[in-house]
Amino acid sequence: MDVQTLTYIFVGASFALYIGIAIWSRASSTSEFYIAGRHVHPIANGMATAADWMSAASFISMAGLIAFLGRDGSVYLMGWTGGYVLLALLLAPYLRKFGKFTVPDFIGDRYYSRTARLVAVVCLIFVSFTYVAGQMRGVGIVFSRFLEVDINSGVFIGMTIVFFYAVLGGMKGITYTQVAQYCVLIFAYLVPAIFISLLMTGNPVPQLGFGAEVGDSGQSVLQKLDTVLVDLGFTEYTRGNKATVDVFFICAALMFGTAGLPHVIVRFFTVPSVRDARKSAAWALLFIAVLYTTAPAVAAFARLNLVDTVHNTRYSEIPSWFSNWEDTGLIAWQDKNNDGVVQYGAGAAFAGKPEFTDKRGEHGQRIISNVSSDVVNEIYIDRDIMVLANPEIARLPAWVIALVAAGGLAAALSTAAGLLLVISTAISHDLMKRTFMPEITDKQELLSARLAAAVAIGVAGFFGIHPPGFVAQVVAFAFGLAAASFFPAIIMGIFSKRMNREGAVTGMIVGLVFTFSYIVYFKFVNPAANSPENWWFGISPEGIGTLGMLLNLAVAVMVSRFTAPPPPVTQTMVSMIRVPKHTE
Amino acid sequence: MQDSNEKHNAYWRANIRLVLLLLAVWFAVSFGAGILLVDWLDQFELFGFKLGFWFAQQGSIYTFVALIAVYVWRMSILDRRFGVEED
Repeated sequence: MDVQTLTYIFVGASFALYIGIAIWSRASSTSEFYIAGRHVHPIANGMATAADWMSAASFISMAGLIAFLGRDGSVYLMGWTGGYVLLALLLAPYLRKFGKFTVPDFIGDRYYSRTARLVAVVCLIFVSFTYVAGQMRGVGIVFSRFLEVDINSGVFIGMTIVFFYAVLGGMKGITYTQVAQYCVLIFAYLVPAIFISLLMTGNPVPQLGFGAEVGDSGQSVLQKLDTVLVDLGFTEYTRGNKATVDVFFICAALMFGTAGLPHVIVRFFTVPSVRDARKSAAWALLFIAVLYTTAPAVAAFARLNLVDTVHNTRYSEIPSWFSNWEDTGLIAWQDKNNDGVVQYGAGAAFAGKPEFTDKRGEHGQRIISNVSSDVVNEIYIDRDIMVLANPEIARLPAWVIALVAAGGLAAALSTAAGLLLVISTAISHDLMKRTFMPEITDKQELLSARLAAAVAIGVAGFFGIHPPGFVAQVVAFAFGLAAASFFPAIIMGIFSKRMNREGAVTGMIVGLVFTFSYIVYFKFVNPAANSPENWWFGISPEGIGTLGMLLNLAVAVMVSRFTAPPPPVTQTMVSMIRVPKHTE
Repeated sequence: MQDSNEKHNAYWRANIRLVLLLLAVWFAVSFGAGILLVDWLDQFELFGFKLGFWFAQQGSIYTFVALIAVYVWRMSILDRRFGVEED
């Protein structure tokens, strides 16, 4: 069978499974819709958290990013896993003990303030929609490349599936679909990684394989990669290019941001007890680590394979994956020296993204209208394709390619569903029930949660079909803003009894405005100035959330010193969440 | 009431000590070995990896998993010692 038929079978079967689970696990009350009735087993919650967390960015983009960044890519690996240590030790158990439905719930109750709740809702919606847009792009890429439907129908199919289990099942439906999606995505990630590791080094464990010897070359994968890249004019793969201070701040922003992301935090509200919240954080990170320790191996294999198959190859003899991706516009080749041979090297072949004309060149390549740069490199490769193209580059069997497509969709859909749920909960619970329409019944609240989820899916679909050109730029937002707003407010809410409404609200606003302005300035207002000489203390917009967080903390502590302490009832609440069970 | 407050405060102090200790390790493997000391550690080798690079892309993640596991284990002991474990 060919790749496309197999992909239809794999993707179709996985979708049927998700819909089946949705019908089996319909939600009948707000408690089931918001937090799955708190009946989720810690291991199941660990898997669901892992699927919730590992998005199209982790599955599709991350290994590609690392493949091109080398050691500088480590920030994503450490940042997106290290955040779980903070989450497990500093947030999850206490928020579970608090025992409400949402993150704005905690902020609103702990700081006895409607303003605090509303600031939290606004941040939550902004952060979550930013993230959803990226997921929908992932769905679009997979559909357009592997199923050869156009991106719009792809997004539409994805929306229908998510609609089914998010609107029907709420958190309960999402949790059990995410368990299934974790299994699909991790299997789809590991199979090609193990295959490639075996082919290249004879070692079936990718985590060891990228340090093992390639064939009989006498060099390990990483050593060979260093040599090959230096020959092509790059710096060594295992050396960094970024300044240490910037790497430090980016890594911290990713960690604190991860720990502050509402759709991840809320997963810990679904388990039966505080002890289960701790346990499920451990399981979640274990399940995540399986993918995150494989990703750097995949990255190294993919980069080496890419150079081997593409560099100095005649275009007429190039493997079919190259021209397939060229057709989707994510690879481009500009034959600068007119020799019909593809040359790869350091530096961009031309500025910006390729602009394709309708014409084909003499070798059959798509002609682009960009002005060439003066480097030897002739190819443009979108980093997002590395994981999806990897099995083809390594000439793995067709079913592995189909499996990877199903895995990519599982990763994107599971995260999208989790995000849509927190958005709809924030609207129906925090905005309506808790702020503007306290008199509505549980039934009405459930209905409005479903309606809000449906509307949110529509908006997410709109972003998928008309992707804002700035998706990549706004990802810095999601983590930076979560780090600068939620993380400090929650931490101080638990660890400081003296922190009051005035301090927390001022801190959140200062952290937000600072981080937001810095990112907007360098990404949108004056992108030409976005270089290390102009950054404050050498911190890039990606890392500025860390500074925003420190500012938030400093301001909050100062302001709270000069204003009245929180009322006794709030102090009692803090004492209560600090211990798993109160004894008199 | 006074007794139980005393007990809860002692539990909270023990909790903070444990968390600080674990976070010190968290900082040391990621920001320490993976970022600040990475070039210096690269002179050593482990299973074919430069050591600093290995910490940045593998070792830190394994340590994170271990840290949470230790936390779960130690906290359940603390819960029992102070009699605040859930039923």
